Amino acid sequence: MTSKYSNKKKVTDRRGFIKKMAAAGGVIAGAGILGGIFYSNKPVRGEKEKIFTFKTYRITESARYPSFVTAKGMDVEKALSAAIDKLGGITRFINKGEKVLIKPNVGWDRQPEQAANTNPVLVGLVVKQCLDAGASEVWVTDVSINDPYRSFTRSGIEAAVKKAGGKVKYTTENDFLQTDLKGEVLKTWLVSRFYHEVDKVINMPVVKHHSLSRASISMKNWYGILGGRRNRLHQDIHTSIVDLASAIRPTFTVVDATRVLFQNGPTGGNLADVSTHDTVIVGTDEVALDSYSLKYLNLTVEDVPYLGMAVKRGLGVAEWETSNYLELEV
Amino acid sequence: MKWFTYQNIRRIYSVFFFMLFIVFLLLADFHKMKGYEVSLFLKMDPLVAISTFLTSWTVYKGLMLSLIIIAGTAVFGRFFCSWICPMGILNQWVSRFFNRRRAADDYHVNNYRTIFVLKYYILAVILVLAVFGILQAGLFDPIAIITRSFSISLLPAFNYLTGRVYIKQPLFYGGMLISILFVVILLANRTFTRFWCRVLCPLGGLLGIISGVSLLRIRRDVEKCIDCQKCLRHCHGACSPHEELRASECMVCMNCIEDCPQGALSFGLAGSDSSVHAPLDLNRRRLLETAVAGAVLFPMMRSVVNAQTDPQPNVIRPPGSLDEKAFLSRCIKCGECMRVCPTNVIQPSLLEGGVEGLWAPILINKIGYCEFNCVLCSQVCPTGAIVPLAVEQKTGKSPYNSPIKLGTAFYDRGRCLPWAMDTECIVCEEMCPVSPKAIWFQEEKIIRRDGTEAFLKRPRVDTSRCVGCGICENKCPVHDRPAVKVTSIGETRSATNRMILSQ
Repeated sequence: MTSKYSNKKKVTDRRGFIKKMAAAGGVIAGAGILGGIFYSNKPVRGEKEKIFTFKTYRITESARYPSFVTAKGMDVEKALSAAIDKLGGITRFINKGEKVLIKPNVGWDRQPEQAANTNPVLVGLVVKQCLDAGASEVWVTDVSINDPYRSFTRSGIEAAVKKAGGKVKYTTENDFLQTDLKGEVLKTWLVSRFYHEVDKVINMPVVKHHSLSRASISMKNWYGILGGRRNRLHQDIHTSIVDLASAIRPTFTVVDATRVLFQNGPTGGNLADVSTHDTVIVGTDEVALDSYSLKYLNLTVEDVPYLGMAVKRGLGVAEWETSNYLELEV
Repeated sequence: MKWFTYQNIRRIYSVFFFMLFIVFLLLADFHKMKGYEVSLFLKMDPLVAISTFLTSWTVYKGLMLSLIIIAGTAVFGRFFCSWICPMGILNQWVSRFFNRRRAADDYHVNNYRTIFVLKYYILAVILVLAVFGILQAGLFDPIAIITRSFSISLLPAFNYLTGRVYIKQPLFYGGMLISILFVVILLANRTFTRFWCRVLCPLGGLLGIISGVSLLRIRRDVEKCIDCQKCLRHCHGACSPHEELRASECMVCMNCIEDCPQGALSFGLAGSDSSVHAPLDLNRRRLLETAVAGAVLFPMMRSVVNAQTDPQPNVIRPPGSLDEKAFLSRCIKCGECMRVCPTNVIQPSLLEGGVEGLWAPILINKIGYCEFNCVLCSQVCPTGAIVPLAVEQKTGKSPYNSPIKLGTAFYDRGRCLPWAMDTECIVCEEMCPVSPKAIWFQEEKIIRRDGTEAFLKRPRVDTSRCVGCGICENKCPVHDRPAVKVTSIGETRSATNRMILSQ
């Protein structure tokens, strides 16, 4: 009886036997080598993420120039130029060929008149100044709380930046890098990668009321560099603000007090929450700038704990009257 | 080989309309939308127009465009299926891609099959339910399906691979179900060409019925015809052009004209040698049975707990939505609102709104929140389930007296950090977009575990100001189950889902 499937296999000769043995040996060796290379007594590889630190954006201090200059006037362009001029001109801060990052407050889906974001005209002017000084690229960025497209568009900042020749940089979920902030409560946090890709950084906050921190001015504005679960910072808000301001020290700061959100901040929403002061304050000491700007919010330095903490850490001077400053009317 | 044939013109149009569909989908976001008519395909869809007409006795705004398609079908037949319909065109391309067959197999695959009548029964159930006010056309309408599948599944998947399209990767709750269904529909083309279009599509069925009166059709000259059946080779509709053509199945693809070696096929009025056409092969009794079954479904569907009969806390509808009964009678679950929403808060519901509300939009504030000044969803809804809003209407600025409320926020004091964990917070108060804020706080003295005193700001909701936007819930640091949660009660669109006497 022969099976239906009667194709018989040819008897293995010596050559075939050796070939088979070699192939089996290859499989065994291959599996063994791979096993040996990839053996681990931990189930997953814990990859250590690279941790970044901020480079220095500041220029050397000089007693020749004031610590800050305030310029009050209806013409924002004139006010800004006058203030920067008294500080030594834009070329004192920005060198030819440098990449500059401007960090305005673009956190909220609001229109310019509602003063929840930085004045777009002011942002455009600073972009233009930097390009005139010879900057190779000027980026404008923020990590918005509301939808970024809406915030940048409705604040007028996207249009102003484009018109001035700058570039708006949006941060997606993949654009953050672990950065060591070396703070008391803030250790390593996700920070927008653009800060690590530029030479100079300019802070451009707007003066606003804030229920928890009392004021949101230049030091609080650094909140917008953070990604991740930054809504936890409120649990120790004053120490967090000082940590941020000591981790990142900008080249200079332009405080927007053209329109001030003096109540229902930091979101506002009602024009009745806004007061007009037509003032631009430019300087290099953020503690002094914040302390000076409290006048627009009817607060004193004692009302705002983070200022005292910042002085203790040597970040600047809260008694701004004792600084070398100028008040201009243009 | 002349190139200026009906077939080639049809091919050009089909590529154009499919690309247009994709372009409209990509344009539907805040940055690019401007005034473009991104919901055009849904508005010109006769099944959407007719079924929403039956539920509400209105032909709403842009749905009038469907008259163009109805008129065109009454003259030319089912040209929509091969020239315009993005679902049909995609199915055609997928069929072509899947199946490189020998000529003999093509003839077999493109034979008429009796299963093709199924789409008319589906249409019958949809229309009968619509007469009773239950709109389920969106489940089977091809344009709604393809829009929904692209918005919820394909575009986010594309963004996951390339990072181009969105700033934040959109996530959709229950998205896998929609993805799988769409893939299954496309895979069905492996059985035979254009499976969906021939067997299941109720819009195809509707257009097939209207085609009954068309004067211009594919005509076969019986004297020239040699019965070679080569016309079946690339036939889209499997409409038997080689014998008595079924006008209700013919998708006017014009392929048979080019395939005929004798030039026996043409498109136009009947000539003296033209073959007769076969009528629509519907068993009248079966149709009646199906209609009755549909009618029986109606009271069953209404005797259930859903957001209509019993307001559900997690059925928060987009701003501008009609009251629940009207909403469910207008929503075709097309997913346009989900596509355009900048924060990804609008999600397809599963059973939260009842079976009737499957895939209708709800807001899930854990995923996003309703941006206070945004009215994009109301601008793209093709059927008016979400009525177009002016920003002032939504935010309650003049000339409007009060804002549109989606619901009300409630604190869980057992989870809120200042209430339960002796820890300062009030992120919610910071985020609240109304002015004066709907979240206010009182400073209260607490004694910590170590005996020290502290003052904490403890938040509360002011129901007279809260609009239920959900940003407080979305940004709460206790993010796994937020300490402040919005539920639907207090929503302006409902006369009954209210709790406060004065509101």
